[in-house]
Amino acid sequence: MEPFRVLTAVAVPLDQANVDTDQIIPAEFLRKPRSAGFGRFLFHRRRFAADGSLDASFPLNREEYRGARILVADVNFGCGSSRESAVWALTDPVDDPTAPGRFRAIVAPSFGDIFYGNAAKNGLLCVRLPAAACAELRAGLRERPGASLTVDLTEQRVVDDGGRTYIFEIDPFRKECLLRGVDDITLSLGHAEAIRAWETKQGCERPWAVLPPERTER
Amino acid sequence: MKASAMKTSVKAEPNGSSEARSPRATRQEAQTLFQKIWNAHAVVTRPEGTALLYIDRHLLHEGSRHAFDLLRQNGRQVQRPELTFAFADHLVPTRGQARGLAGIENEEARVMAGAQVDNCAGSKVRLYGLDDPRQGIVHVVAPELGLTLPGLTVVCGDSHTSTHGAFGALAFGIGSSEVSHVLATQTLWQRPSHTMRVDVKGRLPLGTTPKDLILAIIGRIGADGATEHVIEFSGSTIRALSMEERMSVCNMSIEAGARAGLVAPDDTTFEYLAGRRYSPRGVEWDRAVANWRDLPSADDATFDREVSLEASDVAPMVTWGTSPEDVLPITGRVPDPAGTDDATRRARLVRALEYMGVTPGTALTDISVDRVFIGSCTNGRISDLRAAAAVLRGRRVTVRAMVVPGSREVSRQAEAEGLAQVFRDAGCDWREPGCSMCLGMNDDLLAAGERCISTSNRNFEGRQGKGGRTHLASAPMAAAAAVTGRLTDVRTLG
Repeated sequence: MEPFRVLTAVAVPLDQANVDTDQIIPAEFLRKPRSAGFGRFLFHRRRFAADGSLDASFPLNREEYRGARILVADVNFGCGSSRESAVWALTDPVDDPTAPGRFRAIVAPSFGDIFYGNAAKNGLLCVRLPAAACAELRAGLRERPGASLTVDLTEQRVVDDGGRTYIFEIDPFRKECLLRGVDDITLSLGHAEAIRAWETKQGCERPWAVLPPERTER
Repeated sequence: MKASAMKTSVKAEPNGSSEARSPRATRQEAQTLFQKIWNAHAVVTRPEGTALLYIDRHLLHEGSRHAFDLLRQNGRQVQRPELTFAFADHLVPTRGQARGLAGIENEEARVMAGAQVDNCAGSKVRLYGLDDPRQGIVHVVAPELGLTLPGLTVVCGDSHTSTHGAFGALAFGIGSSEVSHVLATQTLWQRPSHTMRVDVKGRLPLGTTPKDLILAIIGRIGADGATEHVIEFSGSTIRALSMEERMSVCNMSIEAGARAGLVAPDDTTFEYLAGRRYSPRGVEWDRAVANWRDLPSADDATFDREVSLEASDVAPMVTWGTSPEDVLPITGRVPDPAGTDDATRRARLVRALEYMGVTPGTALTDISVDRVFIGSCTNGRISDLRAAAAVLRGRRVTVRAMVVPGSREVSRQAEAEGLAQVFRDAGCDWREPGCSMCLGMNDDLLAAGERCISTSNRNFEGRQGKGGRTHLASAPMAAAAAVTGRLTDVRTLG
């Protein structure tokens, strides 16, 4: 996982509450292997009209925001289905250099819990800022399309092109994982002994939770 | 519902706070059900509260292909196959299942379903697949088998894993990386959630169901009303619900943004579980029940947020927009965005109205439907089918109506009780079990512009097929609409 420290990049505003993961990537694409390149399917039904033409009004299609790596959204971004492919659609490389994608940070007042967790596992930083701050940032990006934001995880702040600074909170464990780009499975396997000890204790205290082989039909 | 029916008090700011959270803070105090399960499963706890939780039951569906790919890439293996159970539901056709995988027409879907068979065989994970007499939707079958027990931690790469909270188990959906983590370690790093109690008192009125109750709750607190919270549903209304009804309520906790939903285990829970395939037996059963009786939240336990409702205020509900929070009693009218001060919210409502093809001020009962879907992990259980059949008995449907049992067990029961015949006689399409038209991953889809009343859980844009329009409702409400061809107050059908 690529570590995240400080990123300065073009940011694109998305003025819509409750952007669900079905919109980020429709279910029909979930049957593909990741090697298919999920970046291509990002907001597929929003980006393309029924006849396959590009919907020029959708912010991520607008030329001014080309190359955006930061998305500033509204409440409850990434709600709904647990599909991690929604994160992959946002982060994975796309062949077409004019297409949106390869996002590294999302700023919003709140996120779907599962999406928030999935994002962190893929080095996509979700920044929670108050609704008013997000609205202010989106308004600035609409007024000055193509403007950059700086997202600084080390200092836990977002700075706009005019130097206005917004401090955000993040849980220290998640911050550390993102800063170091660590694979938390490796971290967990380091606790293997504690896990085994816990299992032994559980076997005594709550044997019904363990499912002995004679009850486990194969 | 009256505006005064729900009182909300907010004691904690849900977003972004980094303070130590409830499970640690109250270890010595009166604990909630959530805190008890959390503390019993925290193998390692970090100073700020994040814990490595042990996972007792790991449920998989065909989407686990990505997680197995990740596992292989990292050269890891399934650590506890005996605690891992797989189900074929998302991709399966709801006709011709006897043909097995060959019956899946879409090639990508067939390959993915085949990968599940291979991955499970290769890792010695028990698969309830298309060749199994107990196949069905993971959130219907796992409880039928007695896999979900009070006090356990249950995860699945599916957001509706919240269903299992009906048993007093801490159950939540996870993504592929986390599925891979659980496969490799049988644990998961989790940050403790805030707690919210939703207390419901009184009797649900005639013509309403627990589906109407949960839709009413979502309508009131919003689609992100419980974000970062675990909801515990309590009160006399919840206590009076059957296990199937509790599952419908907990199933849709996620649509209010909740990490999980919970109902404290009681005699209703124990009666449901007794004698099921994976339930404890004999002396072990007695020990288990004694342990489970200690699980409910202490009387003086405190929650970060409290919400209360009177069940008597709940009416048959139906959604009009593209979020489960866009919900009203069937006696209502499509809202006018002009009445909303907040510009962002107004823009969302305008977009929802346009997508749904409905006009402000229209009576909900004047909206006609093209299709009816009865099924899913929300309302595909035998009690849902009984309720739908009670409406359809002796009547004929006037629009295309599909009834999809949640499992083969439900299907057999429906045949035995004559419900399947009621559906066939009414002109419904009686199908084989699976997720079907809930999620647009198999052959059961709406065509663009088609309008459907559905007993499923999400009315998102394109959820049931590109351009499809979804109105969520209970099983009896869906059955009533099938008869009249429009959204209908089931109480007026006679």
